[in-house]
Amino acid sequence: MAPQTLAQKLIARACGRQHVAVDEIVTCAVDLAMFHDSSGPRRLKPMLEKIGAQIWDKSKVVLVMDHYVPEEDDDSRKILKIARDWAAEQQLPNVYDSIGICHVVLPQQGHLRPGMFCVGGDSHSPTGGAFGAYMFGIGSTEMLGVVVTGEIWVKTPPTTAMDWSGRLPAGVTAKDMMLHMIGQYGTNGANYGAVEYTGEAVKALSMQERMTLSNMSAEMGAQVGLIAPDQTTIDYLKSVGVQADVDLEHWRTDEDARREVRSFDAAALSPMVAAPHSPDNVHAVDALHGTPVQLAYIGACTGAKLADLRAAASVLKGQRIDPHVQLMVAPATLRDQQDAEADGTLQILQDAGAQLFATSCGACSGYGNALKGAANVVSTTARNFRGRMGSADTQVYLASPYTVAASALTGHITDPRIALAEAKP
Amino acid sequence: MNRHRVWRVGANIDTDALAPGAYMKQDLSVLAAHTLESRYPGLAAQLAPGDVLVAGPGFGIGSSREQAVGVLVQLGVKAVIAPTFSGLYFRNAFNLGLLAIVCPQAESIPEGSHIEIDTRRSRLHVYDAKATDGSIDAVDSYACQAIPPFLVEMAAAGGLLPQLQRKLATARQA
Repeated sequence: MAPQTLAQKLIARACGRQHVAVDEIVTCAVDLAMFHDSSGPRRLKPMLEKIGAQIWDKSKVVLVMDHYVPEEDDDSRKILKIARDWAAEQQLPNVYDSIGICHVVLPQQGHLRPGMFCVGGDSHSPTGGAFGAYMFGIGSTEMLGVVVTGEIWVKTPPTTAMDWSGRLPAGVTAKDMMLHMIGQYGTNGANYGAVEYTGEAVKALSMQERMTLSNMSAEMGAQVGLIAPDQTTIDYLKSVGVQADVDLEHWRTDEDARREVRSFDAAALSPMVAAPHSPDNVHAVDALHGTPVQLAYIGACTGAKLADLRAAASVLKGQRIDPHVQLMVAPATLRDQQDAEADGTLQILQDAGAQLFATSCGACSGYGNALKGAANVVSTTARNFRGRMGSADTQVYLASPYTVAASALTGHITDPRIALAEAKP
Repeated sequence: MNRHRVWRVGANIDTDALAPGAYMKQDLSVLAAHTLESRYPGLAAQLAPGDVLVAGPGFGIGSSREQAVGVLVQLGVKAVIAPTFSGLYFRNAFNLGLLAIVCPQAESIPEGSHIEIDTRRSRLHVYDAKATDGSIDAVDSYACQAIPPFLVEMAAAGGLLPQLQRKLATARQA
């Protein structure tokens, strides 16, 4: 049989075949369909009623309330009421209400395993690729199609392997790797292909760091951002109570499979920052050093997981942020928040002057208009399109949690490696 | 074949520009009035049913929110033509009955011109602004990427929802 990429193998399994060719359009059976309060019930319920259809398999549906929570006005309350009423009426078995952001809740609740074929009603759904699952984002109408039929079409994409040799230096993260790649190839550079992250530097990353890579594959325009499962994956699955029999030999790209390989050196990477108003407007942190910031935001599925909170805390330990800066921390999930509480991370952040916000999408999606009035924001989130975080006047700089924390200390964009060196006891 | 008035927009038109987050709680008609206002103030009010947008590369990058397609459908926009699309936006477009047409030379199509879209032959015919009556030959003709027939059908049916509805009704009768 012809050698295949991981993407091809995942699609082949989902369409019941041994092999699929690149560019071939096939219909796949969906193992899991995830949606949230914004893309889900408020859109799906009226459409299901209109066509008189039922959910194909409730056990394969996951609903997460994360976008409009906590409800700040009547419109939000209405949207959440629809979601909660519908979840109860349909007796959905997998509902996670206000406990965190869908892309991080999903693996933490043990819903993802290597080899799965999944769709999500959110553009950051490629996050699931970190677990060796073929997961991509779709709109609500297409989600309706999945919810009714359990199937979806896909055009088998070509694969680009982003191969990272070496090891990341201290204070440089998966976020910096991603910003660097997006800066090189542009916001639509992957042209809806499959991206696979490989190499020593990727293997060395924790699951949460790997999730950051897969998550921001969306900003490169990839359909999926895959990482072949390994022992790190299996250990994570065990930690969330999933006993999976994973065929590690199968779920990886065959040696001779056709793909484009792009090589990077992790050891040579600096902290990176995306300047307004595009995630591909990327510069090394030095080039933007001194840019004043009034607000530092540590939040979102991209940048407020436990690993991200710990990174910020390592910079802020025993320090106070600049009095002219507001530091907002919105942990990605309640579990991450509790873990950060248990190990002292949260205390360090709060002692440094951070304000704690709800474990939801918050200001990242701009649905709450939370950042109105702020001029310059440095943020661990994924997008800085004009108006994204609430106000068209806001200038958003995207960076790693290290860089955001270091910038909060000084009041301007700052290389975290300096602060980290000084923080050493 | 119908002719469509061309409105030109730039590269990397993102979904936050098309469907601004601050209005995402509102009805589509409200959201539609604010489409593209951060990039092209006043454009939404000028778009008339049957018009098309011709854009630079990367149209629709960003969110999965299909309201970014819905606002254009709401305003009667027939198609978006661009050298490249966000793949997610491309799927959403057909799912909601909007044609997303990949044309490498899209940026050669002038603002204010009129075009005919031949989905069968995968060609765009460009006419001078004054020649709306079909009496003058096309000034240019460009190849576009072939759209799989099932997607052309889906757009013609008005999107996935009416298609599903019909399929389910047929299944019930059988």
